[in-house]
Amino acid sequence: MSEHIVPRKTYYIVWALLMALMIITAALSRVPLGEWNTVIALAIATVKALLVLLFFMHLKYENYRITWVAVIGGFFWLFLLLGLTMTDYLTRGPSGLAGH
Amino acid sequence: MHDSAHVVEQPGLRHHFADMEQQRASATLGMWVFLVTEIMFFGGLFLAYLVYRSAHFGAFAIGSEHMDFWLGTINTVILLCSSLLVALSVHAVQVGKTKLCAVLLLIAALCGVGFLGVKGVEYYGHYQEGAVPGPYWHLDLPQGTDVQNVQMFFYIYFVMTGLHAIHVTIGIGLLAVIAWFAWKGRYSPAYHNPVHVSGLYWHFVDVVWIFLYPLLYLISAKKA
Repeated sequence: MSEHIVPRKTYYIVWALLMALMIITAALSRVPLGEWNTVIALAIATVKALLVLLFFMHLKYENYRITWVAVIGGFFWLFLLLGLTMTDYLTRGPSGLAGH
Repeated sequence: MHDSAHVVEQPGLRHHFADMEQQRASATLGMWVFLVTEIMFFGGLFLAYLVYRSAHFGAFAIGSEHMDFWLGTINTVILLCSSLLVALSVHAVQVGKTKLCAVLLLIAALCGVGFLGVKGVEYYGHYQEGAVPGPYWHLDLPQGTDVQNVQMFFYIYFVMTGLHAIHVTIGIGLLAVIAWFAWKGRYSPAYHNPVHVSGLYWHFVDVVWIFLYPLLYLISAKKA
């Protein structure tokens, strides 16, 4: 269970993918697709974040489940924070947001 | 040393850990627990962004038009490249090239300085344009614009990028110190937890920017 040495080639490939995705997201932002602009931009950002987390941050090679518990727990709470709050705000109708 | 039979002396091993592997796993877990608190820290701001943007999309799109697309994109490139350098520095120390590790970390830190420089140019541009909410606000907006919520976009923009910039600043200091220690030969293939966990911090800062970039710079398709 010693530390995994990620080959440099993996890092170069991940970096190339990140740059390609960045170019795609920047280019697509110029194409008016309505609602889909946001959906695509966030989907690409999520893929980029996963690439960084799994490879640059070595999560893919993490042997200890307790680390995974911490990471997944963190993102789960973030999901609760964003998800449950938006179920409130998005179902209020025209009345109740500060600033109105 | 008053050691028992199973204690093997290893440079870098603290006495409260059983072995190097346990020490490494503990350091990784500890850093991740800290990063989880950071996720929640930024998460609150992302939530504020989400709530106001979902209610005032038009105002946010107008605010986003005053972002500099190219400077934001350049900064994204800078951070992605610096993350690669940090990942390579971990590889370098794992195979015993500690001087190379130090150089890579130093270049990554300089990338961070470059990022802050570009951010500074952007902030100055916003200031000149009058896009800083408060007494100096004099942004040119068409008649009938929802000015209050354009200001809200800029409030959220400045707090989010400002907090991110503070993290970049801390990261620069961290990488510079670790680079110095690496150069002095403090780390080895057997012991390099500080390189690894500092790298985790830097990558996290990169991940935050990966989301800030489309959310702040790429809202409006009208950008030239």
